[in-house]
Parts: sequence; structure tokens; C-alpha cells
Amino acid sequence: MHGGRSPAGRKETCQGATAHCHGAINAMNLPAGAKRIVLVGNPNVGKSVVFNRITGAYVDVSNYPGTTIEVSHGGYNGSVIIDTPGIYGVSSFNDEERVARDVILDADVIINIVDTVHLERDLFLTLQLIDMGKPVVVALNMYDEVRVQGLEIDVGGLEQLLGVRVVPTVAPTGEGIDDILQAAESAGTGNRSLSLVRDLRDLSSVTDNEAEGLMILEGDEYVSGLHNTRPGGRREEIYLDRRQRVNAIVDQILGETDHGASLKVRVGRWMVRPLTGIPILAAILYAVYQVIGVFVAQTVVGVTEETLMQGYYEPFVRGILEGFIDPGSWIYTVLAGEFGVATMTVTYLIGLLLPLIIGFYLVLSLMEDSGYLPRLAVLVDRTMTGVGLNGRAVIPMILGLGCVTMATVTTRLLGNKREKIIMTFLLALAIPCSAQLGVITAMVAPLGATYLLLYAGVILGAFGAIGLLLNRFMPGESTDLFIDLPPLRLPRLNNVVMKTWTKTKLFMLEAGPYFFYGALIISAAQITGLLSSVQDWVAPLTVGWLGLPREAATAFIMGIVRRDFGAAGLYGLSMTSAQTLVSLVTITLFVPCVASVMVIWKERGTRMGMMIWLGTFALAFIIGGLVSRAMALVM
Amino acid sequence: MIFNYTVQWLICGGAVVTLADVKKGQKFVIASIPDNQIRAQAIRFGLNEGAEAECAETIASGPVIIKRGRQEIAIGRRLAMAITVKS
Repeated sequence: MHGGRSPAGRKETCQGATAHCHGAINAMNLPAGAKRIVLVGNPNVGKSVVFNRITGAYVDVSNYPGTTIEVSHGGYNGSVIIDTPGIYGVSSFNDEERVARDVILDADVIINIVDTVHLERDLFLTLQLIDMGKPVVVALNMYDEVRVQGLEIDVGGLEQLLGVRVVPTVAPTGEGIDDILQAAESAGTGNRSLSLVRDLRDLSSVTDNEAEGLMILEGDEYVSGLHNTRPGGRREEIYLDRRQRVNAIVDQILGETDHGASLKVRVGRWMVRPLTGIPILAAILYAVYQVIGVFVAQTVVGVTEETLMQGYYEPFVRGILEGFIDPGSWIYTVLAGEFGVATMTVTYLIGLLLPLIIGFYLVLSLMEDSGYLPRLAVLVDRTMTGVGLNGRAVIPMILGLGCVTMATVTTRLLGNKREKIIMTFLLALAIPCSAQLGVITAMVAPLGATYLLLYAGVILGAFGAIGLLLNRFMPGESTDLFIDLPPLRLPRLNNVVMKTWTKTKLFMLEAGPYFFYGALIISAAQITGLLSSVQDWVAPLTVGWLGLPREAATAFIMGIVRRDFGAAGLYGLSMTSAQTLVSLVTITLFVPCVASVMVIWKERGTRMGMMIWLGTFALAFIIGGLVSRAMALVM
Repeated sequence: MIFNYTVQWLICGGAVVTLADVKKGQKFVIASIPDNQIRAQAIRFGLNEGAEAECAETIASGPVIIKRGRQEIAIGRRLAMAITVKS
């Protein structure tokens, strides 16, 4: 995604086969000759906040070839700062680790960011980085939590034991950031295990790059392959030894002044147990609905979409274009017609989607920062395993209620391909995005509670049934939940705001273009008459099978373009309560919007994309028809 | 894995206890983790074979939450059933 010149300056450091020359890091097009400072740390230690503090707003994001991981890099003082995905160790267990491994092997200096409250866990990676022989400095991040949690850290002692500079930092306020950058300037290697040093020396005939040597000793297949040697078989032994060293260090420098079950621990337990957890979740969901479903979706969007975009922006653009393009021509239609790339799409992205995305990411960041999200994953894990996923899948699901396109992108964080496919299908089928939810609520609410429950019931039922079937018949196994539960804390505002801002920016940059491509495709379909042909083709199904007025077909087709247009298309039709229910169920289950389709195509390929599209098309009509028949029997 | 189970069974005189069987508050020692990759990841968390931990919470038919030091880790039920422990 990041084009440009290749870093010719770095080639002189390549001697023989090394990861720098063959790894995909060259595709990142970093400035030639600049020092590479790499941020490494466990997930959720505040790496991105540190990264943002150092690099400011000017950041480039590259898609790592062959994976779906993104790597951010920016400049500081002539050096390049590279952020890596959160990892618990350097190896090749998953895409995150593979990418981090390559970036680390190529690093000049490593800033290891550590969650001070979790030293026993985080120091494993620290020791591994030191064992690799790289210059390292350690940022004891979240240092403000130390006193709060009743801990005492002997920072000087830790520095002596590790043999590298250790700097307490509090990333959201910026404390310690200048110090850590200064330390990075004069970073050195640390204290390694003597037996490892001996083993690495023995390996010098294969490679004199000690970091890669360690990878080979620990059994990394990729790096071993680069040097045409067999991977070592001693990973477990080395890991266990490292574990002992970490335990010894922690015993020496960590002290606790307070202990025992505090309120935070108790609340944390309430959140995971179903009896108390579900009411807590319901309360949270209600609050979220008020903020996003009512405030953002109606009030804010009313201003941004209607007043600003449709009131000022669109007429402005049309005025300019009409000056030199004939309003009847197809160019005009593509640019400013019904699905105009310059009008409707921009209005949609900025007027409707942007406020909603900000809202959703705000909620998600709050849940993440407070430590609620992993507990939610525990609460729903049992239900999720029923549909072939694990608790972590709750994240794309929540995001899907915001924007299915965005959520489909997030499926990358699921364990394996099987889970990604199942989640993508369920997102496309049964998760209504916020754009539709507004109109759907407006249409269902007047019908009364029964219909509301019926609607929710059918959608949840479809989700469950299809999930069960997919789980039963798809080959392979999904991964199990195996996550760390960070302590609960009050979310920090600057953390949350920064995360929301970064994620929103990434979403708009990444998914935004798909809305434009989608609009182009739809305009083309409209101009060539394809759109009306499909409408005519669908009409008999709509009337005969679903029992709806003929115009509903138009609404369904509109749903392919914009989910809210689709639902709104049903709004004006005069239908009975039963018909309304059928139409809403059908439009919810119906194919995802064009932008989602394009993301699905990109992430899962053509064949899977087609199957999902056709699958949801068919299922929407089948289930809609069944509901119609059922209602006819009951009424 | 069946071999592992048999060995455990013979040594413990019949009862093979897995992580899925522990009760809340029970302290235990991790005996074996069958899958190589999971085992390596567990070591990083400080949960190597021979490590002591405590069961913080169990959720009926759901994950098991174990506690080691100040760290809490949630493990899905299916995985918990594959990890054997001794008291």
C-alpha cells in the first residue's frame, strides 16, 4: 500500500542470506541509511500510545506482504521509528509474531515497552530480546499504576540485572518519553545467559548474526531455512531456562505492599460469571445504545449528514460540476448522480459513517482500556464455541453493529482461517450495521414489543442456526480462548481518545476507498440498466414468496448499495405489521453492502466472496419467506 | 495424547485431573500440556509444566480462569480439558 523508491542505502549491510535481504521489510520502503528504532512489547502495554507520542501525526502504515498485518512507521530526529504488533515472544506462531520477528531482526535499537504491573509476564520477551544480542532499552510503561496496585519496583536493581537502561514511563501524559529516547541513542546489549552465548558462538559457522542464531536455536523454521540449516530442537529447554531467569529477577526487584481481594477484583469476577455478567452486559449495552443509537445516530448525524453534507456540500459540488459537465451525461451520473462518487459517497462517509465509527471506536476503546473487553470475551466464550468461534470473536461482532465493513477488516485478529470464514459469513448475514439499525428501530418500534422480540428472535436464530451448521460441517478446528486478563482500571481519557483517533483514521484510510469502488460499480450498474433488470427479476419473488408489495424489491436492491437507503426504501411503503416484519428480516439478512462485499473479496478471495454473497441472498429470501408463511398461519 | 493420559493415570493411581476439573480456590501444579505450540505460549505466560497456580474462577461449561502471582489467564474449556494438573 505504500509505493515509493526502494531503500538502496541499506543493501551494503547484507552479507549472505539474512532476514533483512529476504524478509519483506524491504517492501516497507523506509528511508535509506536511517537508524531503525523498533518498539516491541506484549499486547496492550501502550505501545501505540508511545509510538504516537514520539512520531506525532506523520505516520505511514504499510501492509506487510503475505499477511494482513499492518506496520506503522514514522520519523523522529532522522531515525525511523517502527511499531510492531503486540507479541508475547519472538517466534513464528502466528502472523503477528512473524512480522514482528522480521522487523526485530532488522532493528538497530529496540525500545521494549513493558507493563510494569505485569513484569513477571512481560520480562520474558525482554530477556528474549536481550538474548538476541540487540541493543535494548526498557520502558516501564503504566508506571503510574505501580503505586495504585500496591507494588514496589527497584528500578536500579532491574537495570543492573538486565544490563540495559530501564526508564519508567507514563505514555498518555508523556512522562519519561524524552528519557527513553535519549537512552535509545546510547543503547547497548544486555546481560545474556552464558550458556546461550556459548551456543551462539558454536553456531558462527552458520551465521554470525546472533539474533538469527538464537532464532535457529529456538527452532524457527523460516530463519533456519534462510541459512540452509536444520532448526534447533531446544526451544522448550531455552524457554524454561529463560522463565527461571525471569522468576529470579522478579523475586529480587518486585515487592508488594498490599494484597488480597480488592473491589476491582470482585467487580472483575462479577463481569465474567453469567449470573452477574449478563445483567452488567445488558446495562452496558443499554448505555451504548443511548450514546450511539440515539445521540450519535440521530442527533449528530442529523446535523452532519442532512444539514451540512446534503444541505451545503452536495449542492456546492453539483453547482461546480454543472458548470462544465452536461447533467445528462454518464460522467455526471457517476460523479454526482444518485450514487455519485463525489456526492452520495462522500456524504455517506463523512456525514453518516464517520460520526458512527468515532462513536463505536470510542466505546470499544473504553471497553478495552478499562479491561472489560477480555472479560466480555470470557463471558460469551461458551456461546461462541457453539458456533465455532471463541470469546474473542465478540469484538468483530460489536464492531459489526457499527459498520460491517469495518468489522470484516477486524476479523484478522481471529485465530485461524476457519474462524475468519465463519465470522465473516455471520457478519454478512445476521449483524445489522448502525446505518440500518436506526431505520429498522423506527419501523419496528411502533408495531409493539411482540414484533420487536420476533424480529430480534429471528435474526438471533438465524445467527445461531447458520453458525451451528457452519461449525458442524466446516473442516478443521477453531482455536481456543487463551488470553490474559489485565486488571480492571478506570479508562484514561487521553489513552482512549488517542486510540479512537488512530483507529478511526486507519478505518477511513483502509475501508473508505471500498465505498468509492462500490459506488462506481453501482453507478455503472444503474447506467447500463443492470440495476433495473435485477429489480424486475427479484419482483416476483418479493410479491409471490414474501408476500410484500412490488416496490419492496427496489428497497432490497438499494440495500446492496447503502444499508440505510435499503431500510428507508421500506419506510414509505404501506404494509401490514406482518409484512413489515418480513421485509425487515429479509433486508437485515440480505447481502452486505457493496463496500463490505469488496472487503470480503479482498480478505477471503473470490470463491468465498461469491459463496457468501449468494448464500446471504438465498438465506434472506428463504428465511423471509418462512416468516411470511408462519405469520400467515398464525394470523 | 492418549499415551500421556495413560501414563498420568498409572502414576496418579487412576484419577487424571485436568484444568477443567479444578474448583475455585484450589491450588494446583501444571502437569502436562499436550500441544507443542500451546505449551510454548504457556511458558511465556509463566505457566510451564511444574508451575504452581490457583483456580480463580470457573464458569459452568465455560472458560477456567487461573491466577499466578498477580496475573489472571482465561483458558477455554476445551483447552482446559487437555491440560492435566496435580495438586
